[in-house]
Amino acid sequence: MSDQNYTPKSKLGKWFNDRLPLLTLRAHLTDYPTPKNLNYWWTFGAILTFFLIAQIITGIILAMHYIAHADLAFESVEHIMRNVNYGWLIRYFHANGSSMFFLAVYIHIFRSLYYGSHKSPREVIWVIGMIIYFLMMCTAFMGYVLPWGQMSFWAATVITNLFSAVPLVGESITNWLWGGFAVGSPTLTRFYSLHYLFPFLIFGLVILHIWALHIPGNNNPIGIDVKQPSKDTVPFHPYIVLKDLFALLVFLLLFAFFVFYSPNLLGHPDNYIEANPLVTPNHIVPEWYLLPFYAILRSIPNKLLGVIAMFASIFVLVILPWLDTSKVRSAIFRPLYKQFFWFLVADVIILGYMGAMPAEGIYLLVARVATGYYFVHFLIILPILGYKEKTLDIPLSITDPILENSTNQSLAKEQINKK
Amino acid sequence: MKNILKPILLLAIFTTISFSSNASEQSKKLLNLEWSFKGFFGKFDRASLQRGYQVYAEVCSACHSMKYLSYRNLAEAGGPEFSEEQAKVIASQYEVTDGPNNDGEMFTRPARLSDNFVGSFANEEEAKAANGGSYPPDMSVLVKARKGDANYIYSLLLGYDDPPSDFTLDEGVYYNTFMSGNKIKMAKPLSESLVQYSDGTPATEEQMAKDVTTFLAWAAEPHLEARHKLGFRTVTYLIIITILVYFSMKKVWSRIETEV
Repeated sequence: MSDQNYTPKSKLGKWFNDRLPLLTLRAHLTDYPTPKNLNYWWTFGAILTFFLIAQIITGIILAMHYIAHADLAFESVEHIMRNVNYGWLIRYFHANGSSMFFLAVYIHIFRSLYYGSHKSPREVIWVIGMIIYFLMMCTAFMGYVLPWGQMSFWAATVITNLFSAVPLVGESITNWLWGGFAVGSPTLTRFYSLHYLFPFLIFGLVILHIWALHIPGNNNPIGIDVKQPSKDTVPFHPYIVLKDLFALLVFLLLFAFFVFYSPNLLGHPDNYIEANPLVTPNHIVPEWYLLPFYAILRSIPNKLLGVIAMFASIFVLVILPWLDTSKVRSAIFRPLYKQFFWFLVADVIILGYMGAMPAEGIYLLVARVATGYYFVHFLIILPILGYKEKTLDIPLSITDPILENSTNQSLAKEQINKK
Repeated sequence: MKNILKPILLLAIFTTISFSSNASEQSKKLLNLEWSFKGFFGKFDRASLQRGYQVYAEVCSACHSMKYLSYRNLAEAGGPEFSEEQAKVIASQYEVTDGPNNDGEMFTRPARLSDNFVGSFANEEEAKAANGGSYPPDMSVLVKARKGDANYIYSLLLGYDDPPSDFTLDEGVYYNTFMSGNKIKMAKPLSESLVQYSDGTPATEEQMAKDVTTFLAWAAEPHLEARHKLGFRTVTYLIIITILVYFSMKKVWSRIETEV
């Protein structure tokens, strides 16, 4: 790193940097020491940052052409698709971008769970991350309402109706949310306003998320602290930047497949039917990324308890760092936790599937079992596992196991000697 | 450890598949055509689009509107690609209400290229009144609004049949194999030689169904060809830059002993 100790040379640069050290902030970001054993599951942070910015940019352009009004919204979306230059590209980018955003965030979250990135000293990063995730779900839900198709309208109706389960003031809350006595134009305009606001809140939280990350530094697949920064870490630039870029490009290939060749695969056909308050669709389903929570909501027969269970399922994630009592971070050294981790992954996939099915018969039964297991995992298995599990031996440093596994051991050592 | 993971994932996949096959058993399998516009290089068949427009104009448009299309779309690249003159002639066959003029009065004039397709009914209520109480859906995005898209529309058009003996139908309701509940309020729209194709193609039911479905698929996705073209360029570019970045990364990481 030739420019490791960059300081502004010009008089103006020095003057400015003394007052706001923006010019030397870059050096802080590029030199940021990163564990060198990070695998590709760690590249999703960069992918998420890309998608957040891409969603904001495409969203701002869509907002230039979109009309938030119950009578005009559907038409304005068709106007974007047909008459705006490359409007189809921007809209499909934005719509499929949200799916990719959630796919990446789920991988990011499960990576955290697997390698114990949520544990001390990274609890605050995790909690901020969960707030971001919650805001993402709100933003995505409100964005789904904006095209004002049948699914938009009825998803808005179902979700806002949940608040009517609140005792005493439930009805007042729903009327307040709607801005009337049913979902209509006032609901649409406030959703639009908030859908525009929330991404900027998320952006601010992402800065805090990264700031909090740069205090303890990255976790890594082995889950142990960096012992010798000179040996265990590499500077963020160019090593991690290139790796993140490569992973992003591969991810973009998947994204391009959706945008250009199956842009409506992840959407629901009913959303191309204009909203009609008099016709209820056969099955009202949210977007795929919200299905597990929808399944939890419907699996409880009581409306209020269902709403509580749904919010609780997110809340247990927030308090996860204190539920997971094991001192060992990485699942590599936790044979039992590793199994339960994959049980949880399967459980969430099953919940997601049940969320897309009608809530009856066998589907409802499976959804109930899966909901039960979800809470058992976080509230019973994880706390007990920390005390009962016999963990494997942990390597002394990040560099050690890598050298052992390396086929070119002598070569590697030679290189170190040269340095 | 690995041995336990496999069964779990297999179980999850198995449950998912067994449930999804359960769900799909309920509806009859749609007719499946090899549409020219499917696939990575899919393009519309220009002649089929023009014939499809003819079927729409002479048959479907009696009841179904197409309010998001304009006459200029008929002459645009990637569509039926009528010449601008042809599109102007088509537009001029319809009347639109314009105004108010300088005297403050509304007047009618022949449609221009910039006008949206003119529907047969003034509003939804009139359409319902003329069609036994059910609204013939607007066809602009109909293909995208149905599960099975083009195949569904094609199947539905050819799905009219005599009802089974134990099946009772009310007045003005028809039996269709592919409609959910098998009851449809639209009378069988196509019959042999219903239209006279100007290019001499025999107007069989299958041919007309195929042509009009192609036309509707274009109407729902008028920029499909541009999308496929740009998609190919984007993917090519992404693959090249991905390879370049991969080797740059390898080169840079070779300075340290860790494998990427």
